[in-house]
Amino acid sequence: MTRMVISRLLQAIPVLFLVIAVTFFLIRLAPGGPFDNERQLPEQIQQNLLASYNLDAPMHQQFLDYLGNLSKGDFGPSYRYPNRSVTELIRTGLPITLELAFYAIIIALGIGILAGAIAALRPGTLQDYVPMALAMTGICLPAFLLGPLLVLIFGIWLGWLPVSGWGYSPGDKILPSITLGSAYAAYIARLVRGGMLETLSQDYIRTAYAKGLSTTQVVWDHALRGGLIPTIAFLGPALAGLLTGSFVVETIFQIPGLGRFYVQAAFNRDYTMILGTTILLASLIVIMNLLSDLISIWINPKLRDPSRESSNG
Amino acid sequence: MFSTPHTVLVPFVLLALAGCDLGPSNIESAPKSQILHLGNGTEPQDLDPHVVTGVTENNIITALLEGLVSENPITLAPEPGIAQSWSVDDSGIRYSFKLRDSARWSNGDPVTAHDFVWSWQRMLSPGLAGEYAYQLFTVKNAEAFNRGDIDNFDEVGVKALDTQTLEVVLENPTPYFLSLLAHYSTFAVHPDTIMAFGKMDQRGSLWTRAGNFVGNGPFVLKAWRLNYVVEVERNPYYWDADRVRLNGIRFYPIDNANTEERMFRTDVLHATSTTPSDKIEVYQDQQPDRIFISPYLGTYFYRFNVTRPPLDDYRVRRALSMTVDREAIVNSVTKGGQLPAFSFTPPNTQGYFPPDPLIQFDPVGARSLLAEAGFPEGQGFPKLTLLYNTSDGHRRIAVAIQQMWKEHLNIEIELENQDWKVYLSRTRDLDYDISRAGWIGDYPDPNTFLDMMLGGGGNNRTGWENPDYDALIRQAATTTDNATRFELFETAESILDAESPLLPIYTYTRVALKHPSLRGWYPNVLDRHPYKYVYIAESDEVQQ
Repeated sequence: MTRMVISRLLQAIPVLFLVIAVTFFLIRLAPGGPFDNERQLPEQIQQNLLASYNLDAPMHQQFLDYLGNLSKGDFGPSYRYPNRSVTELIRTGLPITLELAFYAIIIALGIGILAGAIAALRPGTLQDYVPMALAMTGICLPAFLLGPLLVLIFGIWLGWLPVSGWGYSPGDKILPSITLGSAYAAYIARLVRGGMLETLSQDYIRTAYAKGLSTTQVVWDHALRGGLIPTIAFLGPALAGLLTGSFVVETIFQIPGLGRFYVQAAFNRDYTMILGTTILLASLIVIMNLLSDLISIWINPKLRDPSRESSNG
Repeated sequence: MFSTPHTVLVPFVLLALAGCDLGPSNIESAPKSQILHLGNGTEPQDLDPHVVTGVTENNIITALLEGLVSENPITLAPEPGIAQSWSVDDSGIRYSFKLRDSARWSNGDPVTAHDFVWSWQRMLSPGLAGEYAYQLFTVKNAEAFNRGDIDNFDEVGVKALDTQTLEVVLENPTPYFLSLLAHYSTFAVHPDTIMAFGKMDQRGSLWTRAGNFVGNGPFVLKAWRLNYVVEVERNPYYWDADRVRLNGIRFYPIDNANTEERMFRTDVLHATSTTPSDKIEVYQDQQPDRIFISPYLGTYFYRFNVTRPPLDDYRVRRALSMTVDREAIVNSVTKGGQLPAFSFTPPNTQGYFPPDPLIQFDPVGARSLLAEAGFPEGQGFPKLTLLYNTSDGHRRIAVAIQQMWKEHLNIEIELENQDWKVYLSRTRDLDYDISRAGWIGDYPDPNTFLDMMLGGGGNNRTGWENPDYDALIRQAATTTDNATRFELFETAESILDAESPLLPIYTYTRVALKHPSLRGWYPNVLDRHPYKYVYIAESDEVQQ
């Protein structure tokens, strides 16, 4: 187990280096630079600007300088916001995006597991079709449609909740979390239903019923545990998707999270900010995938010992 | 245990609980608190007046700092600011400004003429790389200093004769010089504060943070929450503090127009920076007292790349221009009260009107011009590409014009959209046939439009040049008499019309939402609203 963790972490180093190198050169290949504006600057002012950010040095030199600074933990200054370092921008935006992603995943798990379990208990009946149809709708409704729709109903017509903000007025975190979580709730519902159906047909479930356990006990103690395995495998990539996909929700609800910075940085050609955020997200994805693998192993004894899997298969 | 009806209700109960008391809205509490809530486009790059370049930043900086002159809230004519009076000699190049005794920085220090000299040296320092340094290039030797040709700032035409008297010597008489002094790039900053946080010419030091910022305007910086809000509050040291009625302003960076409109609708904002185009008619119908449309000092136009055939032939360019039905575009496509434009300079730019338009909507005349150029009924006309930066608004206009050219000239145009930075680099490199463009004046004078088309100018981007045109614009730059200047501009502009390197489409308007309780907020061509005149009326006043 420890050996696996160490080897996975070592594998991550070349992956991250590749991500840095490819991003560094790709963004410089894109036409237009960080200081291009509607108004053309006098040549001298343009030169002064490039010099003050070391952008007049040869490309390979810039790359080596960047790696040098990075090894000291310095992501450099943002080109777009001259008095902010990339580290500061990330430090401000990341906790907000993480908080949003956390609420969204809680909502997704809560609704998804509930709906999936309900559906799996009576497959082929109305109790199955209704939650699954809702789940399908949830998957199909993109955030940029669902968000404004929820705002219209709960913010404008009913006047119950603020239409924007994050921690500025009471209840303003509810709509964004639901918007971001709903699509994942739908996925999870389908995964849980599938996992539960498979588990419920196993022999040990029949044994449990035969022992006289109630449905609640069977579901809680036996079926859910097996039924959740596909969901846990899905959580790693889902969390990565939540982080990178949060910008739509952040824009709709005016939330000062990292997602908005990331997308704005790409449009502004804010090279250092794009690199900093990409490195951070790539690291997070590596870690999340590792964590979800570890949890899968912990919850499913079959994965701990491959020989048992084959004998069971 | 999984009883469906109850669990379905849970989120709704939670929502109702959470939403039971939202308290009074921003708008409701504003008449008492006198806190103004404004939608303000994007997150400000910085609040250093010598580093930033945008409108967003301007809106905040003018609350925190004041220049030698300020602006009349209605006409934008220069009015005394930090300088209580000024004089100019007969040659029109030597200005003398008398600073007021009562002008103070927000830490209580007096504002002196030396602060202005120091600040202009900072603005012009090559090391600071201030993008707006050229705003001061009318000052003697300023450009040479910025280029690094001279190192001694004493040679630049700005001097403190004593703590209260500032003398400025220009390269040439510049009739719009006073208007430049209301632009933030010419404002003074507090030297000791800058030096406490870094070097004189250091970009991005921490002096602009809340708690560090020392200004001389009606408000001081209270809080700056990244991508969320910038808060300012009343500055007791401001020389005209008695006139200021607001206690504070909150600027919200909102880059999504629909979000901004929803915030306005739920009483979060007093005014927006823009309006989604599909909401304009709705407001005009249902709440005409909340939408205001005012002319803006800017022109929406297309550039022709005159280095590429057949656009190197002025007859082709004119034919294309004559078949664009501007009335139809502003009435059916943009619908924001824009004015059809047939000349580049917007009408009534500080009293200037462009000459009677040579170009009119005239499909018959256009077809014969095109035939003269060798393309009767559009035969043999190559397939040109129209480049625009990705935006739904630009696309709709481009589609309309594509249709008009097809219908009236029988020619095919291809549309191509590109991301903003790609679009910029392609137009700059003349890598296009026809490209969409917009130009907003820096100051209320025709020169801010017409000098763009000087041959080889960085913003020309059409490949077009005409020595007669250049001579006229340069002559106007050294002419002091306004009537003579305007005549020179008219002659120059008629050359521009005749040769048509540009296709003017409409004069911009600003369409914004504004709550009726907001007072002292006047429409003007640069959309600037000096905050010391602004206040929020009681609700009973609103109903009257």
